[in-house]
Parts: sequence; C-alpha cells; structure tokens
Amino acid sequence: MTMAAVDELAFHEFEEAANLLVETPHAATTCRSDQLTSQDHVAVTVGSSVGYGAEEVEEEGDKTALLQEEKPQPGFWTFGYYQSFFDVDTAQVLDRIKGSLLPWPGHNFVRHHLRNRPDLYGPFWICATLAFVLAVTGNLTLVLAQRRDPSIHYSPQFHKVTVAGITIYCYAWLVPLALWGFLRWRQGARERIGPYTFLETVCVYGYSLFVFIPTVVLWLIPVSWLQWLFGALALTLSAAGLVFTLWPVVREDTRLVAAALLSAVVLLHALLAVGCKLYFFQPLPLERVVPSLQAASLPPNILLPPTQPHPMATS
Amino acid sequence: MAEAEEPLFVGLSDISISQDIPIGGEITIPMRSHTQEFDSSTLNESVRNTIMHDLKAVGKKFMHVLYSRKSNTLLRDWDLWGPLILCVTLALMLQRGTVDGEKDGGPQFAEVFVIVWFGAVTITLNSKLLGGNISFFQSLCVLGYCILPLIVAMMICRLVLLAGPGPVNFMIWLFVVAVMFAWSVIASTAFLADSQPPNHKILAVYPVFQFYFVISWMILTFTPQ
Repeated sequence: MTMAAVDELAFHEFEEAANLLVETPHAATTCRSDQLTSQDHVAVTVGSSVGYGAEEVEEEGDKTALLQEEKPQPGFWTFGYYQSFFDVDTAQVLDRIKGSLLPWPGHNFVRHHLRNRPDLYGPFWICATLAFVLAVTGNLTLVLAQRRDPSIHYSPQFHKVTVAGITIYCYAWLVPLALWGFLRWRQGARERIGPYTFLETVCVYGYSLFVFIPTVVLWLIPVSWLQWLFGALALTLSAAGLVFTLWPVVREDTRLVAAALLSAVVLLHALLAVGCKLYFFQPLPLERVVPSLQAASLPPNILLPPTQPHPMATS
Repeated sequence: MAEAEEPLFVGLSDISISQDIPIGGEITIPMRSHTQEFDSSTLNESVRNTIMHDLKAVGKKFMHVLYSRKSNTLLRDWDLWGPLILCVTLALMLQRGTVDGEKDGGPQFAEVFVIVWFGAVTITLNSKLLGGNISFFQSLCVLGYCILPLIVAMMICRLVLLAGPGPVNFMIWLFVVAVMFAWSVIASTAFLADSQPPNHKILAVYPVFQFYFVISWMILTFTPQ
C-alpha cells in the first residue's frame, strides 16, 4: 500500500467507517495489526446490498475498532443503563449545540456530532430551558406592554409555564417516537441502511430546538415584522438541520414517501414555532383602547347614531 | 520506598506472644458516640426537647447557608425539615388574595410545591446520572436549604413594596432579588460542584442555575394587591 493511495483513501475511509458502523452498530470488531497488507476477511460484516470496494472495506477493521468499544449493555431497569446516556462532557454538549445551529447539506448531525453516542442530557435540558424561557419572556412582554399602555390588565399568568412545559416536551419526545416508528416500518419493507435509533432521533429533535431559545429572547423586541423575521430564520435553521439529517435515510425510499415525510416534519416544526409565537406573545389588540375611550365620552343612549356627538332629545 | 520499609517488618516473624498480654480498650469514634447518645435518649426526653433539638439543627444549617462557609454539616447531617419549612413559607408568601373575585394568575400553592420538589428531584437525578457521588437526600437537602436567601429577598421585597409601587422601589427589588439569586446559586454550587468530575461541573451546575432562576422569577412577578 503506497502512501499516495493511503492519502487518496483517507477522506473516504471516514465515511465508509461511519456507514459500516451504521449498518452493524453492535458488531464485534477486532483490531488486527496486519490489516493493511492482508486480504483477510474483516470482522465487520457488510450488508449484502452495499457495494463498496473490497480494498476499502478491509481498511475499516482497525478504524471501527477505535470507534466502538466493546462493553456489555446493562438492562433497561438498572440505573447504569440510563447513566450511559449522560456520558457526555461539557465540550461535547457545546459541540452538538454548535452543530445544530449551523446545518450544512452534507453534514449529517447524527453521524458527525453524535457518532453513535446519543445523550439524553441535551434534549432534556434544552426542552426545559425553552419552556421556561417561553413562559418568562411571554410574561416580560406583558409587563413591558403594560408599562407602555396602563389599560392592559397584567397578571403573572403562571399557568403558561405548565402549558409551555407540556407542549415542548410532548413535541420533542412524541414526534421523534412517531418518526422513528414510521422509519422502522418503512425500513422493514426494504433492506437498506438502517434508520436512526430512537435516542438519536430524540437527540436530533432536541438539539434542533436550541436555536429557538435565543429567538424567543429576541421576541421581546416589540417590532412585529422583526419578530416574524427572527421566527422565520430560526425555523429555517432548525428545519434545515432536521431535513439534512433525515435525507440520507429517506432518499432510499420512494420519492412520494420521502417528500411527504420531510414536508410533514417541516410542517410540524412550523406549527410549533407559530403556535408558540401566537400563544405566548399574543399581539395585544390596540383597537381595544379606542372603543373604551369612545364609550367613556358618549352617554349610553346615543351610541346608536354615531354622527351625533352630544345628547339630543331622541325617541 | 519498599526497600526502606523492609527492615521495619522483617523482624515481625521473630515476635512470639508467650504470655497473655491484655489487649483491650475502647474503640469509639467521638462523633458517632455523640449521636448515639442522642438516639438512645430522644425516646425518653420530652417532645419539647426533641422539637427544640430539631429546630436548632435546622437553624444551624440556615446559618451555614447564609454565611456560605465551606462546612460539611449540610451534607453530613442532612434533613428535610428545613427544605419543607422553606418551601411552605415560599408558597404561602407567594399567595395573594383573589382580586375582584378572580384568580389573578399567580402561582398556586401546589404549583410552587411541585416546582420546588420536582425541580430538586430532577436536578438530583441529573447530577447522579452525570456521575456525581453525592447521595439523593443530601442533594435534596442542599437544594432546599439554599432557597433561604430567596425567602429573605421575598421578605425584603414585601417590605419595600409596602412603601408603594414606583420605579425606584422596583429597582431596589430587582437588585435585591438578583443578589439573593446569585447567593443561592453560589451556595449550592459550593456543595454540589465538588461531587462531580471536572468535565461535568458545568453540566451539573446549569440546572441548579435554572432552578433558582425560575424561583426568582416567581418572586419577581409577585405583585401584592
């Protein structure tokens, strides 16, 4: 194996390794020292429908051994099972957040950032933060509006915290469940690259909601078109991240199903954004102020003919 | 180092105990015996003494939180009476009479309770899942006791607001709540961050920050009628 050939294959190796890891996430991999020179069978079994070059496959043995460590999975009723999903560093969480903020067409979030180590910390605390930020800024908007216009009745509206929490958590956990179920069902019909696990889907959705947190804070600015602009920006970034992540899995399917699935995902996301904007940041109706002034100045029996400003003897 | 110690232990095999050397004594750890005394005697003492003993322990822990000294009393002798008293006080103070016969949208008693206790349980679970070596109830105890600065802020705010609503009063109120919020976070972080491995410290502290921020916001939105 010449150095030029190694360099030529260097970039492709990474993707091949990631794809192989996708197909057989629980495969036992061994590290062979003479992998580069021998033409032996590799320990990682390659799916029959995947047609990659044989000489590229045999480079993957030590790569996948490095990427995946062999450890026994504890049962789901033990504490240790859930502890394995919190096995992230601060740096990793920040890196995943950055990855969700800047989606890129070839840049699959699950492959490049999660790397088969999904975590539950990110989705859970991003949802909690978003719910509280929604409630707090919605309340702040009402406070600021009342300072400008004292006729608006202010109340803390504490029930909005509950509503925000339930909405965000249901969205971020039930929609991935439905999506994962749908992809599994479609995958059952064809032998292709497997879909993401449930936790990876939850991770993708959870981290994609992060961009809404600064957006919601920016919605404090009471300029309406600016609010819609920020909302549209955030929705674009977030939905783009989801679409680019789902595209490799969905493109194997028929065009109709792929288009329908992606548009459903984007539509649900848009519904969430618009719903939050309208419910927590109700545009305060200014026309409510004007009729109250009119009603105060006119006596009640003269409201029917609006052209007569002062009381006259009418029947 | 091993070579230096060998000459010390080499001669042990030569020692033989031919006569009865009385080997006896007391193995007591002063701390444990102190509490054991209490445990055996609380059954016999009067109820008033027991209650005063518990109240004094709670009061001592309040002092530890307020002066934020690096002491282990909160962790070693944890109890949940203090957090319960503080949570009930907070929930009661956040109530206000119904205005115009309608529920004015402030947090209900049950909502405050749920937020405080479920928030504390969630943070404790989070810190344990991240690999912290603090026990469940110790963590609940620390989080509950560190609400005390915010209760103090609430009392100060009620006094300030009695002087009448105005921008200056509101600024004072905001400042007091912000200072007490920082105090709460620093006090609880001092206990909780030490139990985490260094690469998880921020991950464990951020939910604590969020918890006290929510409680501060509940206090800030309180407007007495």
